[in-house]
Amino acid sequence: MITYLIRRLFWLIPVLFIITLVTFLLMHAAPGGPWDRDPDRRQVDPATQEMLNREFGLNKPMWRQYVAYVIGDFDSDTGQFVCGAVCGNLGPSYRQRGRTVQEILFKAPEGKPFWHSAFGYSIRLGLLALSLAVFIGIPAGILSALRQNSWIDYSSAFITTFGISVPSFVIGIYLIIIFAVTLHLIPVIPRNWSDPRSWAIPGLVLGFGTMAFTARLMRGSMVEVMRQDYIRTARAKGLQEQVIIRRHMIKNALIPVVTILGPALAALVTGSFIIETMFGFPGIGREYVQAISNRDYSMILGTTLLYGVLIALANLSVDIIYSILDPRIRL
Amino acid sequence: MTATTASPQKPEVAAIEQTHRSRNQWQDAWRRLIRNKAAVAGMIVIGLFVLVALFASSLAPQNPLELHDGKGFLPPAWVEKAANGKSGESEFVLGTDTIGRDLLSRLIYGARVSMFVALVPVIVILLIGSAIGLIAGYLGGRVDNTLMRVTDIFYAFPDLLFFIILMVTLKDTKLGQAFNGLLLLFLALAMVSWVGVARLVRGSVLSLKQREFVEAARAMGATDTRIMLKHIYPNVLSPLVVWVAFAIPGLIVFEATLGYLGLGLRPATDPNSFFITSWGVLMLEGKGAMTAQPWILLAPALCVGLIVLSFTFLGDGLRDALDPRAR
Repeated sequence: MITYLIRRLFWLIPVLFIITLVTFLLMHAAPGGPWDRDPDRRQVDPATQEMLNREFGLNKPMWRQYVAYVIGDFDSDTGQFVCGAVCGNLGPSYRQRGRTVQEILFKAPEGKPFWHSAFGYSIRLGLLALSLAVFIGIPAGILSALRQNSWIDYSSAFITTFGISVPSFVIGIYLIIIFAVTLHLIPVIPRNWSDPRSWAIPGLVLGFGTMAFTARLMRGSMVEVMRQDYIRTARAKGLQEQVIIRRHMIKNALIPVVTILGPALAALVTGSFIIETMFGFPGIGREYVQAISNRDYSMILGTTLLYGVLIALANLSVDIIYSILDPRIRL
Repeated sequence: MTATTASPQKPEVAAIEQTHRSRNQWQDAWRRLIRNKAAVAGMIVIGLFVLVALFASSLAPQNPLELHDGKGFLPPAWVEKAANGKSGESEFVLGTDTIGRDLLSRLIYGARVSMFVALVPVIVILLIGSAIGLIAGYLGGRVDNTLMRVTDIFYAFPDLLFFIILMVTLKDTKLGQAFNGLLLLFLALAMVSWVGVARLVRGSVLSLKQREFVEAARAMGATDTRIMLKHIYPNVLSPLVVWVAFAIPGLIVFEATLGYLGLGLRPATDPNSFFITSWGVLMLEGKGAMTAQPWILLAPALCVGLIVLSFTFLGDGLRDALDPRAR
């Protein structure tokens, strides 16, 4: 187990290395430098460009820039070693002057706790979506398994098929048009994120797919458990049906569902950029999309790396949780 | 003499063999598939969308790029008076966008892009993935190890992030502009998705190559290529068919997502261009006018939802039909 874990963690290194390398190379393959991106704006004059290139280390050979980004490099003026991405230093943003990428992503505004940083916002939205998925999806799955082929089962089957196949941003469009444009229950683009009502629709939209998946998984798992011999034994002992359902069925049926929750959270945190953009939500996803349209390369690189780490850790956690819950799976 | 005694039985035997032979695995699957109502409904919807995509130029009531002066912001034809005070006109069935282009015509041309995104990369992905999966699974050993390590890395790379970075950086190059950016999109989709097919094929090949019929073929002196293509590959086809049915809606959604982020197809200005607009691009346009003209956003969103659901129903039906034991 421990050796497996170590091996998997080591396997992360080449994966992250390749993610950064591909991203880095693609960005350098893009025509033009970071200073002449926008033809509408005033062009930066050559002397300033030179200075900026020196400041951001863009005058060095490409391999050195890459090493400097990932591991670090000696500052050309002071001679001091500046650590790179391995120490969490993601470099300065090209567009938001005077701020580093890690500040934009992880630093909350003055005097606010960590939860008000971009990353904190995304985590909170992901947690909200996950709890909606859990508190609606699991009961829905249990109910439709207990009342198979009833109208509850059929409508839940329809909604889950819909939720699994239709992408979240399309569902978001439907919900915005229903609740914001037609019924005027919520603002189309919420401005005030301290108002809990603003969070409801983005959370629901983000969690809808996971909710549908959880409900379907829970139903399947319950149906499987209900056929087991120990349920028959419990009935034969004369236990109350309530007790059988609560203690014997649900408890066992929850196992496969629990395993997906960790990775689901990572997927929700990382997969939210289209939802965040849609609702103007101040999380890392919106920063990412903005960086794309501004061509803020260091920001794109840094966010991709963060996403890559989260997704890789989520994949790892799936395998570990599985092996803990189901000893038949050998790692 | 012997011929006369045997003759009364012979036609009967032949007839039995005939009926038996006439129903192979695929015909059986087809019978099971058309008994599934949801799958049939899905197939009909998909068929309609394919026809719309093929005959977009004759079906579209208006030129999708023509700006109708003073006819912007029109609601759908059946709306008497919309929130913006305008009423629908019968010429523009689903209304017009902000600058007076017919929405229905644009939607019809959008179907063309979605159908192409569904078909072209799938073919490329199937070819690459099958070839690599077959070779890795059949040859095994070092070849297999190397190929699977490569797929591991591709697998760990977040798909959507890869697309986004590729589209952002290569958007202004020649490659990024070919076919309104669709060539790059196809390449990106193919590069990421072949891994799934390769793993699927390899897994099946690993178990199939241990079976007796492969041994029999080898004993009869069949070459490796022949065994792979004639004996093993046909047995991998049914999981691949199911994979395709589920992969296509995924590809359509990717196109729509990228279009919605402004990274997919570049909207054409030349009316002779084959690819004019896509549903993702339409959604992006509709997002800007969400409160005043929600129908611009809703129409492509409904199309995406409908086509994706149709493919899911078809995929579920195919899975049940091709592997009845798995139910």
